[in-house]
Amino acid sequence: MALERKDVENIAHLARLAISEADIPEYARNLSSILALVEQMSAVDTAGVAPMAHPLDAVQRLREDQVTETDQREHFQAIAPAVEAGLYLVPKVIE
Amino acid sequence: MEWETVIGLEIHAQLATRSKIFSGASTAFGAAPNTQACAVDLGLPGVLPVLNREVVRMAAKFGLAINATVAERSVFARKNYFYPDLPKGYQISQYELPVVANGHIDIELEDGAGNMVGKRIGVTRAHLEEDAGKSLHEDFHGMTGIDLNRAGTPLLEIVSEPDMRSAKEAVAYMKRIHELVRYIEICDGNMQEGSFRCDANVSVRPKGQEKFGTRAEIKNINSFRFVEKAIDYEVERQIALIESGGKVVQETRLYDPDRDETRSMRAKEEANDYRYFPDPDLLPLVIEPSFIEAVRATLPELPEAKRRRFVSEYELSPYDAGFLTASRELADYYEAVVKAVGAEPKLCANWVMGDLSANLNRDGKEIGDSPVSSAMLAGMIKRITDNTISGKIAKEVFEAMWNGEGDADAVIDKKGLKQITDSGAIEKIIDDILAANPDNVAAYRSGKDKLFGFFVGQAMKATQGKANPQQLNELLKKKLSG
Amino acid sequence: MHNKTLAELSAGLAAGQFSSVELTGHFLGRIERFDGSLNSFITVTAEQALAQAGAADARRDRGEAGPLTGIPLAQKDIFCTNGVRTSCGSKMLDSFVAPYDATVVEKCAAAGMVMLGKTNMDEFAMGSSNETSFYGPVKNPWDTAAVPGGSSGGSAAAVAARLAPAATGTDTGGSIRQPAALCGISGIKPTYGRVSRYGMIAFASSLDQAGPMARTAEDCALLLGAMAGFDPRDSTSVEREVPDYRAALGNDLKGLKIGLPKEYFGAGLDPAVAQAVQAAIDEYKKLGAEVVDISLPNTGLAVPTYYVVAPAECSSNLSRMDGVRFGYRCENPKDLEDLYKRSRGEGFGAEVKRRIMIGTYALSAGYYDAYYLKAQQMRHLISDDFKRAFEQVDVIMGPTSPTVAFNVGDKTDDPVAMYLADVYTIATNLAGLPGMSLPAGFVGNRPVGLQLIGNYFDEARLLNVAHQYQLATDWHQRMPHGFE
Repeated sequence: MALERKDVENIAHLARLAISEADIPEYARNLSSILALVEQMSAVDTAGVAPMAHPLDAVQRLREDQVTETDQREHFQAIAPAVEAGLYLVPKVIE
Repeated sequence: MEWETVIGLEIHAQLATRSKIFSGASTAFGAAPNTQACAVDLGLPGVLPVLNREVVRMAAKFGLAINATVAERSVFARKNYFYPDLPKGYQISQYELPVVANGHIDIELEDGAGNMVGKRIGVTRAHLEEDAGKSLHEDFHGMTGIDLNRAGTPLLEIVSEPDMRSAKEAVAYMKRIHELVRYIEICDGNMQEGSFRCDANVSVRPKGQEKFGTRAEIKNINSFRFVEKAIDYEVERQIALIESGGKVVQETRLYDPDRDETRSMRAKEEANDYRYFPDPDLLPLVIEPSFIEAVRATLPELPEAKRRRFVSEYELSPYDAGFLTASRELADYYEAVVKAVGAEPKLCANWVMGDLSANLNRDGKEIGDSPVSSAMLAGMIKRITDNTISGKIAKEVFEAMWNGEGDADAVIDKKGLKQITDSGAIEKIIDDILAANPDNVAAYRSGKDKLFGFFVGQAMKATQGKANPQQLNELLKKKLSG
Repeated sequence: MHNKTLAELSAGLAAGQFSSVELTGHFLGRIERFDGSLNSFITVTAEQALAQAGAADARRDRGEAGPLTGIPLAQKDIFCTNGVRTSCGSKMLDSFVAPYDATVVEKCAAAGMVMLGKTNMDEFAMGSSNETSFYGPVKNPWDTAAVPGGSSGGSAAAVAARLAPAATGTDTGGSIRQPAALCGISGIKPTYGRVSRYGMIAFASSLDQAGPMARTAEDCALLLGAMAGFDPRDSTSVEREVPDYRAALGNDLKGLKIGLPKEYFGAGLDPAVAQAVQAAIDEYKKLGAEVVDISLPNTGLAVPTYYVVAPAECSSNLSRMDGVRFGYRCENPKDLEDLYKRSRGEGFGAEVKRRIMIGTYALSAGYYDAYYLKAQQMRHLISDDFKRAFEQVDVIMGPTSPTVAFNVGDKTDDPVAMYLADVYTIATNLAGLPGMSLPAGFVGNRPVGLQLIGNYFDEARLLNVAHQYQLATDWHQRMPHGFE
């Protein structure tokens, strides 16, 4: 499927990626060629084939309900771009 | 036109685990911001989730309690969207294959003519997911602060069928679920702390029409009262909108209790495309039949069964049974009283529902904090049944016990409240009263029956209420007639 | 010292021929001297390495040394290292000093190994040439006009140039095997679940697997023994004992059944590479192996399938890079959406953005069934191909890559051409099988890799089969000129 400017803009918005106007045609071209590659799958009839989400046929292991973590706020927030009073700061969220 | 309301509820019950659903951080409420957000909760690069066994046990317990299917195999999926309180940019939830499906719970409502009418509400599914953090809107130089302590707290999202037709039904359903999750001890039910909250899907349609109207989703309502008010407001809004030629749009709305209105959440209005897919960091959750049987063995008697038993075993009215089973603690208290007294379950019920509940309410106490223990109350009721005190005097005894003046026997002793049961003493008092009121005696004897009460009152006054009422009545009748 | 294998270094340390501090200093000196032209390291942790080396020597003095104690190693910059920048080759994480250690890093440290530094890589492991790194491309030590392969290109180049005796890598679609092939070293991608993914920055969670990169199969066996094992912090980690991978190295190959998939020798394979691979197969025949022609009919669809599964998972995995808790944050965001869009738009390179967009598209409403679900079904068919093959043969062999190393810049304008460089390696990731690449000759001055694919958890056999070949040949001992 060939993607158009509008498609690229929509996808970039969903993925929260700023893409410059000038780059859109190239993205459209590259993404379209990747999709063309991907669409080779449609040559195979997969009716009735179970989807495989995981390479191993294993089941989820369960953890005991125990508190194992201690407070490491200072350590973790040392690498944060903006914090105050122990909180991560973001531009105002309007609800 | 006559309108019919259609309501479905999505209840989020926070599971009462010690640690989070996918990490070993504490779930304790009220810690300083971000001190209970570990690397996994923060979504740092490279971290991975591992599922808490306890949440699986709790979900299974809930499934069994609502006669649902507990899925042998369920799958965790990622719900992708960007929001500052969602550190990974996706929420781990369950989508196509939830852990619990196809259950139900019964509610009862008064039909307007004083009859209780039952209705069964379907529970479509209940699934496990992680909670998000919190945005704090106090002003940090025009910024919002993010606290991720709550991120990763386990939630059970309980989704009903659109089976409710009024705000009252919705509240009744929510109360039943609230009661149930506390009974089976999977959620503390604390609505102020957000441990139990709900989203309501509300639509209206012309009565008789089969097709559902367009629904609005009212988000994050955290009290029974607000659920009722939010739905009532929303129903009126939708009807007014349609009747004035408008159309209901499918959207998310927020209930503002200060203004008692719902309003559109514009920030989230854009079309959501959550791009659900199975979380590759987690494997399918397989619950073995042996696990389910082990959970079943831990199920307590459920509220409904308890209500039925209270009606049949203690011969209580459905109302009384409902009142006493509203919480497991209250029901346990009541049964402890009955057992200790060994008789008079109705009398016991009256005391628990009457003075005890009134005092708890007045002092803002929970049953667990009652200064009058079940043993103390039972001890007092025994003194009523063995005629040591009258019901009226018992109120005084109860109040004294509540105030910490000791158990019933100590209070009765100390205050000299023991009933006068010596018939000679009572006769003497009656004789004195009759002698002092010859006119009234004559009037009574000539047919003014109502004066009987006057004589009783005089006798009680003379004995400070301690005369055994039955004996007094009998002797008084005899003397007056004679 | 730098020409010794891990096994030889281990023996030398044990015999007291040199200390870990001396050994570490020697490799740090080589990095200093040679890495300017290669760019194989993003961060060199010299001070910390010497401290670790001192501790390793002390441990040896106490009689507590294991076989790897005191041996230097380079960590791919995808593994979180507490207190050390962990960039994943991206501007997005240029400022990310990881606050914890990955399990692999912990395990290597517990074995007493010394970390020399963090190696360069394609950004977020997305690439087959190491050209997508924010820190610039890595050069191939055999020919600096050529790429080293990717995404573990820094690790491969560092080991090939003897700047580190061994390194860690990760492999999502060939990222250990292809650079190992292009740089003339040995590398193994274990069975999915064999090595913990905790602390390894996720690209595609259901495909990613870490493994060792070294000069010989024996060294890979030693290092894999230290890296592998169950980790309760990774739900996809397998609870299964780690065998002594060195124990089986000496087994002879008489009667070994080697499957040659016809799809791995068809159009697209450089004839000179085919010839080298054929020569390697002939060598195996001499060692007593039996060759069986097999078919993996869905091979051609592995790349298309992969380019749905991997981007879909990465689009979600990389959502946490939002400029809020760590990493790059744009200047003066005007609102929340601006913060997200510009931080991500400026922090990610073009290839990462392409893959995020492809994945976002494949998962979006209306396309999920046609792309994502279809790819999951294809994945099943591809796995079944291998299942059938392993009913007939013990190992599968073929080329690791259709060509030897291509030149820097050759494929940067054509993502699809770049993707096809992994045509022989991707299917094993989709199936979760172990795969290995070992040096098997040259085309001109550029190395050729022979790929071995094994059944689930059959790493010991792959290492044995590779080791026997290395006893009979000396391709793995060749050294690029200029790094003596």
